[in-house]
Amino acid sequence: MSSDSPAITGDLVRQHNLAPEEYERLKAILGREPSYTELGIFSVMWSEHCSYKNSRPLLKTFPTRSPRILVGAGEENAGIIDIGDGLAIAFKIESHNHPSAVEPFQGAATGVGGIIRDIFTMGARPVCAINSLRFGSIAENVKPGADLAESEVQGSKFKVQGSRFGAVPTLDPRPLGAPEGSAGGSTLAHNRRLFAGVVAGIAHYGNCFGIPTIAGEVAFDPCYEGNPLVNAFCLGVLRHDQIVRGAAKGVGNPVFYVGPATGRDGLAGAAFASQDLTQESAQQQRGAVQVGDPFMEKLVCEACLELLATGAVAGIQDMGAAGLTCSTCETAARAGNGIEIDLSRVPQRAPNMSPYEIMLSESQERMLIIVQKGREDDVKRIFDKWDLPWAEIGRVTDTGRMLVRNNGSVVADIPAKKLADEAPLYQREAREPEYIKSVREFTLASIPDQKDPVAALFSLLAWPTVASKNWVYRQYDHMVRDGTAVCPGSDAAVLRIKADSLPASAAQTEHTTRNTEAEGSGFRVQETGNRGQRTESGQASPEKLLALTVDGNATYVYLDPYEGSKIVVAEAARNLACSGAVPLGVTDNLNFGNPYNPEIFWQLRESVRGLAEACRVFNAPVTGGNVSLYNQSPAGPIDPTPTVAMVGLIERGEHITTQWFKDEGDAIILLGQAVDESDPLQGLGGSAYLQVMHGLKTGAPPRCDLEKEKDLHLVLRSLIHTGVVKSAHDCSDGGLAIALAECCISHQIARDTPRLIGAQLDLGARTALSARTLGESAAPTNETPAAVVRLDALFFGETQSRIIISTAPLDAVKTVERAKLLGVQAAWIGIVGGEDLEMHTDSGAFKWPVADLYDRWWNAIARAMG
Amino acid sequence: MKFAVLQFPGSNCDQDAVHVLQNVLGHSAGLLWHKESSLGQPDAVIIPGGFSYGDYLRTGAIARFSPVMEAVRSFASEGGLVLGICNGFQILCEAGMLPGALVRNRSLQFRCEHIFLKTITANSPFTNSIPPEKLLCVPIAHGEGCYFADDDTLARLRTNDQILWRYVNAAGEATDAANPNGSLDNIAGICNEARNVAGLMPHPERASESILGSADGRLVFESMVGALQRNGSPSAPIVAQRPVCA
Repeated sequence: MSSDSPAITGDLVRQHNLAPEEYERLKAILGREPSYTELGIFSVMWSEHCSYKNSRPLLKTFPTRSPRILVGAGEENAGIIDIGDGLAIAFKIESHNHPSAVEPFQGAATGVGGIIRDIFTMGARPVCAINSLRFGSIAENVKPGADLAESEVQGSKFKVQGSRFGAVPTLDPRPLGAPEGSAGGSTLAHNRRLFAGVVAGIAHYGNCFGIPTIAGEVAFDPCYEGNPLVNAFCLGVLRHDQIVRGAAKGVGNPVFYVGPATGRDGLAGAAFASQDLTQESAQQQRGAVQVGDPFMEKLVCEACLELLATGAVAGIQDMGAAGLTCSTCETAARAGNGIEIDLSRVPQRAPNMSPYEIMLSESQERMLIIVQKGREDDVKRIFDKWDLPWAEIGRVTDTGRMLVRNNGSVVADIPAKKLADEAPLYQREAREPEYIKSVREFTLASIPDQKDPVAALFSLLAWPTVASKNWVYRQYDHMVRDGTAVCPGSDAAVLRIKADSLPASAAQTEHTTRNTEAEGSGFRVQETGNRGQRTESGQASPEKLLALTVDGNATYVYLDPYEGSKIVVAEAARNLACSGAVPLGVTDNLNFGNPYNPEIFWQLRESVRGLAEACRVFNAPVTGGNVSLYNQSPAGPIDPTPTVAMVGLIERGEHITTQWFKDEGDAIILLGQAVDESDPLQGLGGSAYLQVMHGLKTGAPPRCDLEKEKDLHLVLRSLIHTGVVKSAHDCSDGGLAIALAECCISHQIARDTPRLIGAQLDLGARTALSARTLGESAAPTNETPAAVVRLDALFFGETQSRIIISTAPLDAVKTVERAKLLGVQAAWIGIVGGEDLEMHTDSGAFKWPVADLYDRWWNAIARAMG
Repeated sequence: MKFAVLQFPGSNCDQDAVHVLQNVLGHSAGLLWHKESSLGQPDAVIIPGGFSYGDYLRTGAIARFSPVMEAVRSFASEGGLVLGICNGFQILCEAGMLPGALVRNRSLQFRCEHIFLKTITANSPFTNSIPPEKLLCVPIAHGEGCYFADDDTLARLRTNDQILWRYVNAAGEATDAANPNGSLDNIAGICNEARNVAGLMPHPERASESILGSADGRLVFESMVGALQRNGSPSAPIVAQRPVCA
């Protein structure tokens, strides 16, 4: 063992975040004391980020199988799903929260880079990205702590951020990285800086790489101050026969390192991601944030796909979290082999790097490739063509050990499988948090009904969480690759997969090589045109349409982790249904606080229970994902935030449906019950309305009957298939009024050119509220008759399982009848047209000029950002 | 027709251009690696969008030194048609094949959205098939698309009828609000004095199929094909569909 490293002391072990019992386990595996490098290797591999040691028992409860699953959760870097005709998709979501808190631009950029690599590592061509972001408040109207003051005034017992877990010590209100002595005003400024930096970082990486960022969600809440969330998703396409494995197969095969040289950046980032974020750690760990180079990634991706098509690759894995360490031991463990590398052959950016540093560096855009023996020249030829560094650094062995040498001397010698697969597992203690009780006790008694819904709708539309996110997505190239059929701004984005979305096949590569040689001109004809639109077996490969969405209402999850998490999945499925798609699968990102706190572990456990149940109901197996724990700043933990990205398939182009109203005179139909009268809070619990208009984040969130929800989606899709549905939009944040407003104002034809259209609605008790299925008697049956529906609940309540559709007037009656026949409540509630949104209710009529609604909604974030 | 689409390290709209020319319009199109010193015998050259060389130094600043650019220069000097889209426009300016420069957007942010283009002159191989009153709905996607030139250059562009497209609003007016990047005179695309080399920041190849929301961009490629045919180029286009704007 090399001698130039520090002695292993108890302090050193603690600094590496290894518990004493974990250190004992490590020694038992090695049968001796570890070297310094080995200690570092175990530390990152056994971090939560790499090992899921606190969450794995819960993750096992997710449904992960379906006939379409080709590569299941946890097997590889990303799951793979069959989409028919020999085609498949690989997708995954991953967090980059802590790096983004410390250095928003690079933190977010490298988050995108990392997830893109996870996808092309599977042999797929990355074709689109989406993301889910959370930040502290950026606008004045939701002041941090305002809800606390207000709730105290009103005598409500519920606790807010920072104080909700009694054990959290006195809090430092300063955000991370903010100047000394800064106060509330600069908190907003700091949140805006983080938000702007993260968006710019995602734009920088994705745009330069050339991947369309086609969907996403952004929400703002004081709980994310100092600990923003950046969850990045990527999807790739490939043929079944192009799937490659991250396994070090074939004893004697050479191991190649490709991509830029290794530096000291991102040292032990995975371990950094697995601790609480504190002021101190943020400053110390700035060096743990990697620096991304999307140009390099583009070259590495193209070169890898070109190499994969030659058939010279036995296994491939990106160097993501835990860099060289993770990629070598995981590939060896998957194949049941050993691996041997020599660090002196690894390209190094900085002089005098120690083995510890080389093994733990998270320098970006690097790949580990196990090459079929005898095919080394293919690697050299292709990587030289792309002017990319490569090095042969080792070989596959039959010892089962990960053997690392540096200039001949052994610096690590670890059983690969034990390191990769036998991390400690913990079943943490769980306890229902105190605050849940007061949430359950909340009633509307202290909340006067809304007298001025006109002003309230304007306020809600301008609330950054509800407002248009065009300030964000106009910075992302969302159209490159010629596949974006529905741009950001509808319920789900729709992507067309065409033949040239796929990676090149071996046949094409050979053809182009021959072609180049024969003509001598370098002019190569692309083999993927209409004429070339055939797979090797001669079958035509038709175009496919995918719908994508990402959702995660963390307020609901905070107030009721189980019910709230069901809604997260239901909303994603509903968004897909509204675009005309059937769910294929899900990737989830669990963003939670420190699992050693039993109350937080309870949130995690309950949330996973809800997610798993809902994924089962919607036949959307979980293909993989990411767990990000320790999301807490000195001000306390974040709200539990599971984000769910769901991908669906649209059968035919005619089924693509968007959310905005199309033509004057069209009928507006509400599918589902206008207000859930069995809910004592009438859908207002946890609503955007209570947060914005009353400064309250409390109340039991609306219930979601998953079976009923599933029927609703089924009925909507069947209506879409008959061709009558001209628009479909789900009711979520902000309720019916927000959804209707969005139907009127969300169609953006071009820059500065919205297509605005008004609507007249009759939301009186005789129409909307009397919507019942055929056969139900008009009089309420077993429920208390005629609970008075509040106006605020009618407009802004967030009762689940509701969708607004529009049809040609002639189709309206039969559409309503058909929905009822299929068991879904439906009511014809209005007509499209005019320049105002008008709603008639039993409490009076209200009117909003659509141009004003549009201005509030479209420009809100730009105004907040100044 | 046979199109050569250049491929620099970091090009990312190269495959889109090939897709439209080949699969949508039915011509022959192939990628040409930047290290090649010969173009083969294409009828026209497309320099596609992307971030050639990562846009390091300046957009297009390194790409212009690629071996293939010498071949493009001599192709153009013999009258060959060259169209630069987005990064391709930036490269042509850096290479001195088009006047002026493209600088950071006035908003200092990357912008991706549909815009309306007004065709200023039909007197070019890139615009001759575009109906005079038709506004083209085409997307932009760039961080550095603000067209800049000194007063003399600008005056020459106007005198010689070299401004091909301007950013306009839905009424066809070149207003400030319609200008997505702060370009002088709302300029979106220009050609050289000889009228055989053109560049534009918007992406016609992203607006050539109705499923993508607009097929107006086809008119640019169809203009090129029309011009080549009038010049007696051997191969004829397979399809010439009418534009559809969703």
